Amino acid sequence: MSEPMVWLTIFVLSIFVGIEVISKVSTTLHTPLMSGANAIHGIILVGAILVTGFAHNTGQLIFGLIAVVLASINMVGGFVVTDRMLQMFTRRKPRAKELTHE
Amino acid sequence: MSSTPTWVQLIYLACAVCFILALKGLSSPKHARAGNLLGAVGAIVAVVTVFFAADINHLVPILIAIAVGTVIGVIGARKVLMTQMPQLVALFNGVGGLAAAVVALLELSDRVGHGGEPKFDLAMTAFTILVGTVSFAGSMLTFAKLQELMTSRPVLFPGLPVLFGLAIIGALALAVFVVTDPMVWIGIALGIVGLALGVLLVLPVGGADVPIVISLLNAFTGLTVAAGGYVLGNTVLLVGGTLVGASGTILTKLMAAAMGRSVVNIMFGALKGGSTLGAGTVSDRPVRSAGPEDIAILLEYASKVIVVPGYGLAVAQAQHTLRELVDVLTARGVAVDYAIHPVAGRMPGHMNVLLAEAQVPYEQLKEMDDINSQFKQTDVVLVVGANDVVNPAAKTTPGAPIYGMPILNADEANQIVFLKRSMRPGFAGIENELLFDPKTTLLFGDAKDSLGKLLNAVKAL
Repeated sequence: MSEPMVWLTIFVLSIFVGIEVISKVSTTLHTPLMSGANAIHGIILVGAILVTGFAHNTGQLIFGLIAVVLASINMVGGFVVTDRMLQMFTRRKPRAKELTHE
Repeated sequence: MSSTPTWVQLIYLACAVCFILALKGLSSPKHARAGNLLGAVGAIVAVVTVFFAADINHLVPILIAIAVGTVIGVIGARKVLMTQMPQLVALFNGVGGLAAAVVALLELSDRVGHGGEPKFDLAMTAFTILVGTVSFAGSMLTFAKLQELMTSRPVLFPGLPVLFGLAIIGALALAVFVVTDPMVWIGIALGIVGLALGVLLVLPVGGADVPIVISLLNAFTGLTVAAGGYVLGNTVLLVGGTLVGASGTILTKLMAAAMGRSVVNIMFGALKGGSTLGAGTVSDRPVRSAGPEDIAILLEYASKVIVVPGYGLAVAQAQHTLRELVDVLTARGVAVDYAIHPVAGRMPGHMNVLLAEAQVPYEQLKEMDDINSQFKQTDVVLVVGANDVVNPAAKTTPGAPIYGMPILNADEANQIVFLKRSMRPGFAGIENELLFDPKTTLLFGDAKDSLGKLLNAVKAL
């Protein structure tokens, strides 16, 4: 199989997987899910590191480093803020019990 | 692809699986947190791997740049108020889109002059530059709208559709040039047109619809990352980006459906005419307002009360006072429930996050479909800082921006009490007929202040 065909195959299958995994999500989780997906595309950091690592001149290096900073913000911030939102959902139950004992 | 060692390919495959499981986990409450952590692990492993997989130069500056980005990201994520969550998601999405566009531009600058570049690679590069900059500019504008740095109402001017059309034609022409005659300045010009397109795309979108646009731009950024993965020959970018692109598109559709709208209508509805503009002006029609004592009596003698919380409640940080009031009423034998509209807050599911932060017991939160039939038997509905989610215009006024959105049937209750700051229309920018209903009583003031007075008045009874 030729290389572009391999890429196309991966691409098409990934679309179906992406649709399939979230087709049944409750509205309660829409915001965290959007934020979590947002963090995942921060993986562009890998691409930013690659182009910066192969920079041939100062201009390329500077723009590459800017891309690295931006992508890191996207990825790290995205995962942290999603976790912060989800923490609240998990802490809920024991706290509710505590309250009934008060 | 063939130049990448097999062990690296295998690690990337494992990372891609992590991303799939992360999205899967995030769609069920039970596994959501574990899913997110797994996604983070996959991302970290992929980033570490790239340093060993290729001969990366400029190692120290790169590591410093990662550290800087990490610190900014963590501080932003920790410091943000839960009420500002949608803006932050928009901001993170925007910088991701810009990063993808810069990566593609650098890749283009590296390839010009060599000749014989595969046309498809160049097309993917052009795609990444264009969609990445659209996503960046669009996200920044949604940020400005949500942060109220600018009006959250649709912004329209006479030449907008023409300008939009010209920008699209210009972008396509420049993209063709990138493919046929690759030069860096053409790529930069394409990026600039992309920025303009992003702005023109989001300007006509009204406040309540902005979150849907964020979700759509999120999907856009995913696709740019996927295209970037193709250009760089990196499978983890391809799979990760495609997953976000596909799941983001579906999520956008689901969110639009929760508001009873179509995505096309949200994006371009305002261009068709003034119908989605809403009123914006404050009406001087008479309303019935009352003091806290009168409303306390109303609540005290009710046997069933439903509370409809909205963004105004969260902004005023009045959740705790509300919970106290509910506790007092419950202790006196009043049955009280919270009715949560799917799009209460600034984003679908946002209100659940906000109330969870205030530790309102999960069991008292009733979803719209479960509670809507109970309004008929309800004595008093207490609407705190919400407006659009109980606005009957969604059922009765075909031209209204929220027409078709499922709403909470507050109008069916015997009495409706609104706690409102002013008569200003809600986030969607339209007047609420329910405010002028003879069954309705208004208590003006800051939600926390009003609830505090109400609580004291109920206690005094």
